[in-house]
Formats: sequence, structure tokens, C-alpha cells
Amino acid sequence: MTTHALDAPAGGGLRWAVNDALVLTGRNLRHTTRQPELLFFSTVQPVIFVLLFRYVFGGAIDTRPLSYVNYLMPGIFVQTTAFASTSSAVGLATDLAKGIVDRFRSLPMARSAVLAGRTLGDLCRIVLVVFVMTAVGLAVGLRPSSFLGLVAAIALTSLFGFAFSWIQAFIGLSVPNVEAANLAGFVWLFPLTFASSAFVPLRSMPGWLQTFANATPVTPTVDAVRALLNDGLPLQHALLKSLAWIVVITVVFSTLTVRTYRTVS
Amino acid sequence: MEHAVEVEDLVKTYGSTRALDGVTLQVPEGRVLGLLGPNGAGKTTTVRVLTTLLRPDSGRATVLGIDVLKDPDRLRRVIGVAGQYAAVDELLTGRENLVLVGRLYHLPRAEITRRADELLERFELTEAASRVVGGYSGGMRRRLDLAASLVNRPRVLFLDEPTTGLDPRSRLRLWEVIEDLVRDGTTLLLTTQYLEEADRLADRIAVIDTGKVIAEGTSDELKDKVGGSVVVVRPADPADGERAMVALQAVGDPVRGTGGDLTMQATTGVALVTEAARVLEEAGVAISELALRRPTLDDVFLTLTGHGAEQAAAEETA
Ligand SMILES: Nc1ncnc2c1ncn2[C@@H]1O[C@H](COP(=O)(O)OP(=O)(O)OP(=O)(O)O)[C@@H](O)[C@H]1O
Ligand SMILES: [Mg+2]
Repeated sequence: MTTHALDAPAGGGLRWAVNDALVLTGRNLRHTTRQPELLFFSTVQPVIFVLLFRYVFGGAIDTRPLSYVNYLMPGIFVQTTAFASTSSAVGLATDLAKGIVDRFRSLPMARSAVLAGRTLGDLCRIVLVVFVMTAVGLAVGLRPSSFLGLVAAIALTSLFGFAFSWIQAFIGLSVPNVEAANLAGFVWLFPLTFASSAFVPLRSMPGWLQTFANATPVTPTVDAVRALLNDGLPLQHALLKSLAWIVVITVVFSTLTVRTYRTVS
Repeated sequence: MEHAVEVEDLVKTYGSTRALDGVTLQVPEGRVLGLLGPNGAGKTTTVRVLTTLLRPDSGRATVLGIDVLKDPDRLRRVIGVAGQYAAVDELLTGRENLVLVGRLYHLPRAEITRRADELLERFELTEAASRVVGGYSGGMRRRLDLAASLVNRPRVLFLDEPTTGLDPRSRLRLWEVIEDLVRDGTTLLLTTQYLEEADRLADRIAVIDTGKVIAEGTSDELKDKVGGSVVVVRPADPADGERAMVALQAVGDPVRGTGGDLTMQATTGVALVTEAARVLEEAGVAISELALRRPTLDDVFLTLTGHGAEQAAAEETA
């Protein structure tokens, strides 16, 4: 597609682009307050996972020198944010299906705002869910080494969720309907998050699976979050690898998403 | 004469479907053009091109002198559009929907509040203003969608089938609101499948079929195209349609319309009624109705396209 003014931001440039993104972030957050049940159920599932793993499987998993709950919670954090990011796919697909995207495209607003408003609003939701999971973790025995480490862990997890929101936004624009967005957003997250260091140490897995687990963004992010919560674990390598993944995913998928947004009708 | 909307030779293809096959039309400033056509005629595609939502393969379109392709952002400031399906946010209230649109037009806050109140009042939504749109009826959604398209006081308004799916009373009320807007000087391009709607709201009508404008003029001009009047024949038994058709071909050029009626241009006036009665009797076709009347836009459609509007719709879905 040739570049023409369809792609240019509305008059006022960056200032309006920011304004429009914030207006739509506000809309997205208001949606959340109008559907509290969605927020509730999106935290119920990880809470069930915490209880299952902590009390049912935990005793059989050897994570010494860490207590299993300290081992588990970083994995839960990362999996929960990955699952929560699917709302970006569903949200965009819904706006497309209901003609809302057409309404926005007929307005003199910044092209990027619909996407930025979606992922930023979903980021707020992700942060909220991570807070809830932190509280649940503390209740079942999670003991972070330091407060600062906990804050950094929450920040890294949220950034990871933000990066995944862009993958989901791309999916939301690429599938034909809302149901497909829901499925296509979810299915791959199960193998991706379970085949990682999230719930059990990699050393207990067959070699080929370890290779896979090490090649995904999930394992380094879980390892980094775990090291931030537990002093004494190796941090630097995992953290750098995780941040690199986050940057690459965000750049690649925001570019793909913006490009797709311009051509969908 | 300066035209508010000028469209020249628009072409848009989807694979082998020619959605637009050289559409050309104009709307003079302050006037109403009705774009009348059956399902799949290309009405929505035309509106989407004119409202910057879709790039045509070729052709030219300007609105208020602004080129749709070259300066879409400037154009978006001065037009309003209500699409075929109400594009309202179901999780927001009626008022929040209008305020959202106002903020995306970058209007001052005080102006947004004033405008939202005014539009809610005008569309009889004041009472429902703080209710979530998910609980609105179809008619209320339509009205809210139309209100949203007016937030920026557009000089040119595009309405894609604004009353499709509404009950007769809601349709009548929406027509009155639209007539008000036009009285205030808004230029309007309206698409519709309802001949009655085009007849009532539009100054001029462009009949569109399979991506082409096949006739254009005032409702009277279009009716004159059919000739002074038409003869309508309704066989008593719908199964007799084919036999009646064959019999009538001896005296005229019948076309089959909706509900099995056969229509012929009454080139010879009243004489044709007598002749039709005679050939039908000879063929042994019992009829329940035989009449001479002024043509309706339905007849125009039949004569121009060789098929009725609803019939084309049925073929589309078949
Ligand atoms: N995105 C698309 N992909 C493929 N074909 C399309 C697409 N949009 C429209 N068409 C085709 O283009 C033709 C014109 O469609 P359009 O929606 O403009 O018709 P319309 O006059 O608005 O019909 P309706 O009364 O049903 O709304 C139809 O044959 C339709 O199937
Ligand atoms: Mg249409």
C-alpha cells in the first residue's frame, strides 16, 4: 500500500496521538469496570492453579534450595499475564466485528490510537491481575527476599504481558471473528507456558523439551522474575535475555499490527 | 453549480466480483441524493470509499472539493457517517458514546457536553442517556449512531440504509429527524433498498445495480421513464404465472415482480387493459387483479433492471 494521508496522524501530530491513545485507554478501562465478572474469572483460574500446584503437586516437585511456593509464584505470574493478554485479541476482534473500528477510522484521529489504547488499557488490567496474584502468593507462603525485588518482579512481568498484548492484537486483527480470536489467542499459550521453567525445573524434562523451553521467551522471563524474588539465584543472564525478547516482540508485533490495521476493512 | 459530492468512474473489485463497476454521481450542495439498489448493488462500497474507509482500484471522488484519496484527514473533519450497522459501544452509556466521539474530534470539553445534551434531546435519548447501550432497542441504537455522526456538525452526511430493520413507527420518526437535518442545510447521501424511503427523502435518486448507476433523476423523472402508466396483472393462482407471462407477451412486454405480479408498460393506455383481459381469457388464466396505475419506483426498478429489488435480494442469498 502506498503511503498517503490515510496513514498520517491527525493535525497536531504527536500531541493528538497521545491524547487519542489516552482517550481510548480510558474507554478500555471503563469496559473493565462494566464487566467486573470478566476480571473476577480471569483471576479465579490462576488462583486455582496456585492452590493445585502448591498443595497437590508441589510436594512431589524438588526445587531445593527454594521452597516450592517461592519457585512456583514467578511461573504463575508469567502464565497469568500471558493469559490476560488474550483480551487484546478478543477486544480488537470485537471492535472490528461491531463496526466500532470503522467509526474510529472515519474520525480525524491518530491511526495508532486504537491499537495503543487497546494494549495500554490491557496493560493496566494486567498490572491489576499481577497485584492480585501477589496477594494470593503472599497468603499461601510466598516470601520475597526484598521489597525492591518484588516491585521489579511485578514490573518485568507486566512488561512481558504488554509485549504479549501486541502478539494478541495482531491475532485479533488477523482472524475472521471474535470466537476465532478467543481460540487463536489461547491455544498456543498452554504448551508455551507449561513447557518452560514455570512449574517444574527443566532438569526433570527430556532433553528435546529442555531445548524448546530454553528457546521461548517464557523460560528466561520466569527465571528472571524468580531471581528477583529470591536473592542468590543467577539474575543477569536471564534478565537480559527476557528484556531482549520483550523488546523484539513489541517492535515486531506492533509493526505488524499497525500494518495490518491499515489494510483491514 | 458547485457539487458537494462528485464521484467519477469508481471501480472496486474483490477477486472476480466487481463491487463498483464505474460509479459516477454528483450531489449538489444542500441536496439529498438517494442511492437506491438491491442487496449487493454496491451501495455500502460507494459510501465506504466516500468516507475514507476504503481505497478504490480506480476513479476519483471529492467531497466539498476535498479529494477522498489525497486528503482524507481533512475530509474526516467535515463529514459524518452512519454505517449500515449501528457502530455504537455497547458497554458505554449513550452519553459516553457521544462524548467519546467528541473527544476524538478534539472538540473543547464544554462544547462536547453541550453538543451531547443537544443531540440526546433531539434524538429522544435524554432519558436513556446514562444507561448502557447494551440494553437499547434497535431503534435507539440507530438514533444514537446517527447522533454520533452529527457530533462535529458535518456539512455532508452519509447514511447507509438508516432505517433497515426498524419497525414502521421508528422509521417514520427517523425520517422526520433526517428531514430536519436537511432543512438545516446538510448535504445528504442516503442509500436505501426502500423505494418509498428514496421517494420521501431524496431530491434526486440514483438507481444502482451490480456496481453501476443505471438511472438517475427525480422520482417523477424516473417514473416517466416507465411511461405514463403501467398495467398490473395478478393471476388468481400463482402457479399460472408462467402461462400468464406467455399470453401477455402477445400484447406487451411483461416483467415478473414481487409476489408473482406481472407488470407491463401501458404504451397504449387503457386499450392495453382490454387486450390483456382478452388474451388472458383465451389462455384460460384466472386473474384476481387487473389494473392500470401510475408507476411506482418499484416499477422503475423492474423496468430498468429486468428484476425486482427484493427478487435480486433473494438471488443474492440463494
Ligand atoms: N470485503 C469484501 N470482500 C469480498 N466481496 C465484497 C466485500 N465487500 C463487498 N463485497 C461484494 O461487493 C458487492 C457490493 O457489496 P456492497 O456491500 O457494496 O453492496 P450493498 O449495495 O451495500 O448491499 P446491501 O444492500 O446488502 O448492503 C457484493 O457483491 C459484495 O458481495
Ligand atoms: Mg450495504
